[in-house]
Amino acid sequence: MSEPKEIFVRTDRCVGCLSCTIACAVEHSASKTLFGAVGETPAPKSRVYVEWVESDKKVPIVCRHCEDAPCMYACISGAISRNKDGVVITDTDKCIGCWTCVMVCPYGVIGRHLETHKAYRCDRCPDRDVPACVGACPTGALIYKTVPAYSASVRRHASREFVKAEGG
Amino acid sequence: MGTSDKILGKSIDPAVHQMLERAEKLNMETAWDRYEKMLPQCGFGELGVCCRNCNMGPCRISPFDDQGPKKGICGATADIIVARNLIRMIAGGAAAHSDHGRDLAHTLLLTAEGKSGGYEIKDEAKLAALAAEYGIDTDGRTKEEIALDLARAVYAEFGKQEGPIRFTRRAPEKRVAQWQKMGIDPRGIDREIVEIMHRTHIGVDNDPVNLILQGLKASIADGWGGSTIATEISDVLFGTPSPVRSEANLGVLKKDHVNIVAHGHEPVLSEMILAAAADPALVAKAEAAGAKGINVVGMCCTGNEIIMRHGIPIAGNFLQQELAVMTGAVEAMIVDVQCIMPALGDLCSCFHTRFISTSPKAKFPGAVHMEFHEEKALETAKEIVGAAVENYGNRVAEKVFIPGEKTECMVGFSTEAIVKALGGTLDPLLDAVKSGAVRGIAGVVGCNNPKIKHDHGHVALVRELIENNVLVVTTGCNAIACAKAGLMLPEAAEEAGDGLAGVCRTLGVPPVLHMGSCVDISRILTTCAAVANALGVDISDLPVAGAAPEWMSEKAVSIGAYVVSSGIFTVLGTVPQVLGSPLVTEVLTRTANDVVGAAFAVETDPVKGADLMIAHIDKKRAALGI
Repeated sequence: MSEPKEIFVRTDRCVGCLSCTIACAVEHSASKTLFGAVGETPAPKSRVYVEWVESDKKVPIVCRHCEDAPCMYACISGAISRNKDGVVITDTDKCIGCWTCVMVCPYGVIGRHLETHKAYRCDRCPDRDVPACVGACPTGALIYKTVPAYSASVRRHASREFVKAEGG
Repeated sequence: MGTSDKILGKSIDPAVHQMLERAEKLNMETAWDRYEKMLPQCGFGELGVCCRNCNMGPCRISPFDDQGPKKGICGATADIIVARNLIRMIAGGAAAHSDHGRDLAHTLLLTAEGKSGGYEIKDEAKLAALAAEYGIDTDGRTKEEIALDLARAVYAEFGKQEGPIRFTRRAPEKRVAQWQKMGIDPRGIDREIVEIMHRTHIGVDNDPVNLILQGLKASIADGWGGSTIATEISDVLFGTPSPVRSEANLGVLKKDHVNIVAHGHEPVLSEMILAAAADPALVAKAEAAGAKGINVVGMCCTGNEIIMRHGIPIAGNFLQQELAVMTGAVEAMIVDVQCIMPALGDLCSCFHTRFISTSPKAKFPGAVHMEFHEEKALETAKEIVGAAVENYGNRVAEKVFIPGEKTECMVGFSTEAIVKALGGTLDPLLDAVKSGAVRGIAGVVGCNNPKIKHDHGHVALVRELIENNVLVVTTGCNAIACAKAGLMLPEAAEEAGDGLAGVCRTLGVPPVLHMGSCVDISRILTTCAAVANALGVDISDLPVAGAAPEWMSEKAVSIGAYVVSSGIFTVLGTVPQVLGSPLVTEVLTRTANDVVGAAFAVETDPVKGADLMIAHIDKKRAALGI
């Protein structure tokens, strides 16, 4: 199995412009265009959130698609499963809207669709190579990479800092 | 070597293709590259729902119903924020056009007082006509005496408190009455702009419709006030344009001449640059430096001003300013105000080109500032041209690449010139419209914008119009696009429908008439008013339409607003930053019909945009029973 990619967040890069939330909602709209999406009913919904942490941190937060996903085990109707790409998905036909997944999700990234009475969350944009939120981020705060590739970039950065701290 | 699809997709102009290939090769950046780096653009900005008018903010409204904030910290909704942002753009645009007009009034005043260094009153007929409009006595008075009164009168329009602005009364009585009924008859040019800034301050006007009405009021003060003053006083000082032949596109730069690009907007500077470039001493100096002469060419609206009065060739429109420098053959890029990219500074430093700023209002990184004042106009102009001539020796032959493209054009159709071409009266045109040979008239104007394939929006829309027998009058960057595309030649009648082609052949004019720079949209208003008055109807009854296919500037927002306020249906080719407010969108595209008898449409496909205009023209024809 090839190494799956994950959405990683570099909180030091986020300026809180919310471009990710707009791009996400647009990608999950019928028209898939901004100017079309703003007029649609029901209103398209973003699956990515940007939280504010005192005093000036902005933190984009999105479904982690946990390997040991609490939502998947908690779902009493068997609506939540993992697909072949490792993405945790909610089968809306099976979802009964009990919100158990919402209770157990440690990140709070599962939403309630008032019109359809179903739960919704990040689906990693199945029609795109790179998720819409990542593509829209103007500062590179959202990264779409495999774990080894992301870890390698963090190691490279840490190494440079290490050398700098030693006076190199 | 084939040009890449990527480059072909950026413009329809082969000169641009060649220069973009060269930019790629030299690893130099253009506005197109910077646009790509800017993507994706902020959705809140695109929708106009971001407010930075106070320091409780910035605030932005979520465009999606059930997520995110629906009100700013002060409680402003998306409708309020969008309306405020829109009219602040109108204020910016109206200020730019009108300050240009003010500069012309200032030059006229100094000239009348005998204090200007080299200007003269060239068009006494126009001076007399304007004096009559203002009720200024001309009997037995010198042109300077009349000009002094006229200069003071137009100067006063800017600071007027209670109106009316004289030139607004060129509009048909019905139109003025409608403005008065709606409370949008402007009181003074500066006053309406100031009032926009007041109303959009935190906690003042929070009624989107009331805000937009003030925007329309300021825009009318621009179109029928500041811009008309800019046009009319330029004509008095430099002559009213009449048809003249010239050439357009980067190929007008000459390999063996000192090349000076005059870029920006106000003819106050460029007229003197032309005079200085003809100075025998400077020409001799250029020849001594090994050049065959001094070649002044225009760019953007400065280019429009000098091509229509002197037949000075025009090197290109807005998105070509960087490309002109990249030819490596420009000794000086001389600029004054508006639409001058600050990117030129870094770019000029890659070549020998001297980037010379001249206006105390507009300084740029990397530019040499040679400040220009009317009192010493010719003297300073000679220094500037002298700097260009001296720079010829620094040109690096290996870095020179001038594309061969240049197209002949016939320009200079002021309202007066159109009437003259028609034999002294508008009747032949009115008859052609009545008979259906000319289906209607379209004003097509505006900028370039990398969001749309360069010149494609302009040329495709204009071609569709003339094929359908719609006579096109044009200014600004659209005019330059049409000139480059060969649509401004009498021979272009072949591309027009049979009816329009016949009229063009009879009169010996192109199907696309060059009416000047962006302030010269006032000429289109004046012409529309004259036609409406001749028929005893309002402008909104006429089979006319407007379009800004590639617009980008705040000036264009003001233009769109005053054209619609004048009763002319207008198609925008790029999406304005208002869609975050369903209410404002509704007001601009529908409700405006009830207020001013016209509205906007947005259509990014230029051919479909033209078809909307044609449908509108047909509707108006039917209503007139023609």
